[in-house]
Amino acid sequence: MEAVKEVSQISLVSEEKKRSRMSEFWTKWKKQKTAFWAGFFIIFLLLVAVFGPILAPYDPYEPDYDAILQTPSQAHWAGTDEYGRDILSRIIVGAGISLSVSFTSVLVGAVIGTILGLCSGYYGGWLDRLIMRSSDVMFAFPDLLLAIAIVAILGPGLTNVVVAVAVFSIPSFARLIRGNTLAAKEAVFVEAARSMGARSSRIIFRHIFPETVSSMIVFFSLRIGTSILAASSLSFLGLGAKPESPDWGAMLSMGRDYLDTAPHVVMIPGLVIFLSVLAFNLVGDGLRDIMDPKTKN
Amino acid sequence: MSENIIEVKHLQTQFTRDNKKTVVLDNVSFHIKKGEVLGLVGESGCGKSVTSLSIMRLFKDTTGEITNGEIKYKGTNLLSISESSMRGIRGKEISMIFQEPMTSLNPVMKIGEQLMESIRLHLGYSDKQAKEHAISMLTKVGIPRPQEIISEYPHQLSGGMRQRIMIAMAMSCRPNLLIADEPTTALDVTIQAQILDVMKQLQAEEHMSMLLITHDLGVVAEMCNRVVVMYAGRVVEEASVYDLFDDPKHPYTKGLIGSVPKLGQKRSRLDSVPGNVPNPNQMPKGCKFAPRCKEVMPVCWEEEPTITATGSERFCRCWLYREESRDAHV
Amino acid sequence: MSKSLVVVDGIKKTFPIDSGFLGSKKSVKAVNLVSFEIKEGETFSLVGESGCGKSTTGRLVTRLLTPDEGKIWINQEEISKMNENRLREVRKQVQMVFQDPYASLNPRMKIREVVGEPLVIHTKLSAAEREKIVEEMLDVVGLNSYHADKFAHEFSGGQRQRIGIARALILKPKLIVADEPVSALDVSIQSQILNLLKDLQEEFQLTYLFISHDLSVVEHISDKIGVMYLGSLVESGPKESIFANPQHPYTKALLSSVPIPDPRAKRERIILQGDVPSPVNPPSGCLFHTRCPYSMDMCKSTVPRLREIEVGGHFVACHL
Repeated sequence: MEAVKEVSQISLVSEEKKRSRMSEFWTKWKKQKTAFWAGFFIIFLLLVAVFGPILAPYDPYEPDYDAILQTPSQAHWAGTDEYGRDILSRIIVGAGISLSVSFTSVLVGAVIGTILGLCSGYYGGWLDRLIMRSSDVMFAFPDLLLAIAIVAILGPGLTNVVVAVAVFSIPSFARLIRGNTLAAKEAVFVEAARSMGARSSRIIFRHIFPETVSSMIVFFSLRIGTSILAASSLSFLGLGAKPESPDWGAMLSMGRDYLDTAPHVVMIPGLVIFLSVLAFNLVGDGLRDIMDPKTKN
Repeated sequence: MSENIIEVKHLQTQFTRDNKKTVVLDNVSFHIKKGEVLGLVGESGCGKSVTSLSIMRLFKDTTGEITNGEIKYKGTNLLSISESSMRGIRGKEISMIFQEPMTSLNPVMKIGEQLMESIRLHLGYSDKQAKEHAISMLTKVGIPRPQEIISEYPHQLSGGMRQRIMIAMAMSCRPNLLIADEPTTALDVTIQAQILDVMKQLQAEEHMSMLLITHDLGVVAEMCNRVVVMYAGRVVEEASVYDLFDDPKHPYTKGLIGSVPKLGQKRSRLDSVPGNVPNPNQMPKGCKFAPRCKEVMPVCWEEEPTITATGSERFCRCWLYREESRDAHV
Repeated sequence: MSKSLVVVDGIKKTFPIDSGFLGSKKSVKAVNLVSFEIKEGETFSLVGESGCGKSTTGRLVTRLLTPDEGKIWINQEEISKMNENRLREVRKQVQMVFQDPYASLNPRMKIREVVGEPLVIHTKLSAAEREKIVEEMLDVVGLNSYHADKFAHEFSGGQRQRIGIARALILKPKLIVADEPVSALDVSIQSQILNLLKDLQEEFQLTYLFISHDLSVVEHISDKIGVMYLGSLVESGPKESIFANPQHPYTKALLSSVPIPDPRAKRERIILQGDVPSPVNPPSGCLFHTRCPYSMDMCKSTVPRLREIEVGGHFVACHL
């Protein structure tokens, strides 16, 4: 009974806090013109990703040998590919695949990276050196090369793409959160918590972690853009999604043979990838402008 | 009676934030005589620093603007002259020293260059004369080895030394009025004693007028001839330093003096002023001090008292003395 | 005679400072051989100028820092080398009040959570029980229970310091280490907090280690005083004895430097020459000899030891 009460109280607290912060956030967000519209585009993308199978006008997997490599028309708004499949439907259904791959991988990377960064920054010493030197080693490889190497070891497939992209996200998150932790560790209220006799776990999660959340959100959205690109690249190279699946990268890969005869087969998925990455980056930049304490006036 | 070097009359200054106008100074009037040290006392947010910025018209890049009143310096209203004539007054006629010297010293310029810049500009000296003058100023403020110090940078000096440099800079053009805004607040007591000593000595030598802004009643008692007490953007009391400490009139002044622990005085409890300074956006309707006042009367909540004379050279903004002065007239 | 709650014996703390790439490793002796005792129910103040090591000493006593040498007993328990787990028990008895009331309260927590945090850490009380204690405590420090649902930024400096005090008191500790608790506050608010601290001391039989640079405040609140200069204790003793009869030239100068809020106060002022030397390269012998008006030859070479000059525990470290 008491426990329930306690829980309800905590949620009440965070709700109320959010409300006042949300309204402040919203006023600032509306001033970030480009990011504001990019945000709408992302919401649109997410809706498409979720309701893709319902929205798609055709079956994205069903070949139609009467309509091979058609240019955009009334029947097929984005044309058809070499098997006569409707490109628009494939893009719509592919949004689900591409976005979920990049979201999951960045989320996994963020969770592991944040925990490592918090521990590294808070405890310091040999643990810090171990984590930071390992990230340095990973930073030394170009991101994509590292991902290719991982997929090469684990074997192709979407799950392994998620793992690969997650792994190369970890060091960047770890380093970012470590920096924030080092700064937050010096705050007087953290010292106050220590003087009260709080355990390290409490100090880290109750006092330091909330200080790192805003920069983590910013980095998260920037990172999604990168990971869409990375996942698409892996699929393009044939290391990710199966060629017949409507993954955006795989569509590019399949379409490149027809670049001279039917450029729209490549152009349309390429444009979609470009716009999504751009939108996530713009939103990330906008968020940074309003949330990052370093750029705050 | 000696002439007034500066007269501030009915000064009103406001700041705008999120399209909301906040009156920070309201109807502030005082004057400083030649060779006099006037203390401007009050707690944070009472408007004492804004007063000094108003006199210097230093509201560039802020939303501050003076909306009423006049500031007469030697008979000319500083609020009606052009910005370029104002520049000729700043630093030469009226100069200013701030609490944190590092913010007003250029970190990448040698100390000598910074000093000589305004000397050349305002006094029209040659390089050689300016250098000599700079060195003599540094000697005056008690800086050891001034010849070497002029080719050093501000960060190489301690806080006390930097404040001495600021004083040398402010005094180099022999201003008629020096405004010192919390000049020793950032310093340790033994260094504060050194700086106050230098300021006192220079002030007496040059027969200069000074406006000393501080929250420290000890510094006031030590340095000032006359005191203006401010609360919530208004002058609440004005008196000579002796009158003020012997017989404070305004309940706020009484509270302020009673709340400071005094060395060598054994009291088990300090008097205190209850409550907090009101938010400038939510000022009480009547007297701004009413919510914290121990002697509050019904009239205090209704109407704000005006400032009235309670004796020779003594003024107080309080209903308690309005009755007294009315009675005296009858 | 009441027993000693805190005994500090010869503690030292040195901080390394990196003097850049390839530079020799230098260090600052922040606290050097400091010893003092605080009896139960007493207020002991450490006073000195910035960089004299008074705050570091406070952090050593609360073991936010670990001394390099020396011993600290709190309630007969030696804590200078104690591990974090056992320290947690000691910390129930020792709480801190910080200088900056703006920075020492977590801006993302409600006052209810801030003040109740020590209870969450040290007790198994239910939320409702905690809430009750928090509201009692807020009342004790002069705040209302409706304040409990606000955040720290909604309060003024003085109110925040009250919140900090409520948090420090909630476990009913024996010792409160107050590091410049009033120096960030306006004078009229300062006196409210000083009065509150005095009242609470009586009500809860508290012992204070009070750290301040303001001698007037220290005189008002303390029973005993320790004067620090460059990491060392130069004079210590009962308040009356120190203020009426200061022995160390530094104490004398410090006392005479305090501006007195009384224009008729006439006194001889000792104005020290020069600045406090850098603690990285402290002077040899007596640390104060570079600024001392009575400096003798032996001061430059020999470090004076603290010796008792008056029965009743007035100690001074000076060759004079």
